[in-house]
Amino acid sequence: MAQPMKIRAQAQGDTADIKVLMNHEMETGLRKDSKTGQLIPAHFIQQVTASVNGKVVLDAQWGAAISKNPFLGFKVKGAKAGDKVMVNWVDNKGEKNSVETAVS
Amino acid sequence: MNQFRRTFLKGTGAAGTVAVAIAAGLLKPSQVLAAEWNKSAFEAASVADAMKGMGAGAPVDSKDIMIKAPDIAENGAVVPVEITSKIAGTQSIAILAEKNANPLVADFTLSNGAEGYISTRIKMGKTSLVRAVVKAGGKTYTAAKEVKVTIGGCGG
Repeated sequence: MAQPMKIRAQAQGDTADIKVLMNHEMETGLRKDSKTGQLIPAHFIQQVTASVNGKVVLDAQWGAAISKNPFLGFKVKGAKAGDKVMVNWVDNKGEKNSVETAVS
Repeated sequence: MNQFRRTFLKGTGAAGTVAVAIAAGLLKPSQVLAAEWNKSAFEAASVADAMKGMGAGAPVDSKDIMIKAPDIAENGAVVPVEITSKIAGTQSIAILAEKNANPLVADFTLSNGAEGYISTRIKMGKTSLVRAVVKAGGKTYTAAKEVKVTIGGCGG
């Protein structure tokens, strides 16, 4: 159901620069449906984890104020070309998605 | 109403939904999240309560935290924010938008070589300080930058 995530991991010297673009409404729960006048329920990514070669490098908790279709950039020292980077997320409804790439 | 919904609805009142789901056999313990989502911090309505919820103690202002964000954000729904922490041993970076209904936006825990650097985009309801809270070596540090918002981005 969730759209594929885009990820790019590039080695820059002894550090890998990783950028991820996720697909998610990140609905705050504060907006009203213009037709029904009802509040659109909150639906947002709550947890994001990133690992390099199986070791967790980033463990994030998010609120609904991260923008729709979240962008995330981070850097990992010691990550080099060929290392496997995996990013996954879980939202407040238990939906998940993940993506994997190799540092180039 | 089907059984799952009854259990779920009953559960949210009394106990955590994760505990209820496990009891109902719907969620195996191995699938449980590493750390449960910090509800009290994310639902706090004031910066002070959010900091308390995060266990942020009394942060010290630091010039070693750089916040890159626009001086004026045209669209409050998408405000790019880059936080760089030069503090040695940075363990976590949290982002707060002080005048949002719930100031805590995100909390990033770093390990195994992840540098003190986070780039993302946040929603801001109105002009306010964007604050970074960094935990390093058992201490807490902070810096903030004002971002003016012309059109608020939280809806409602």
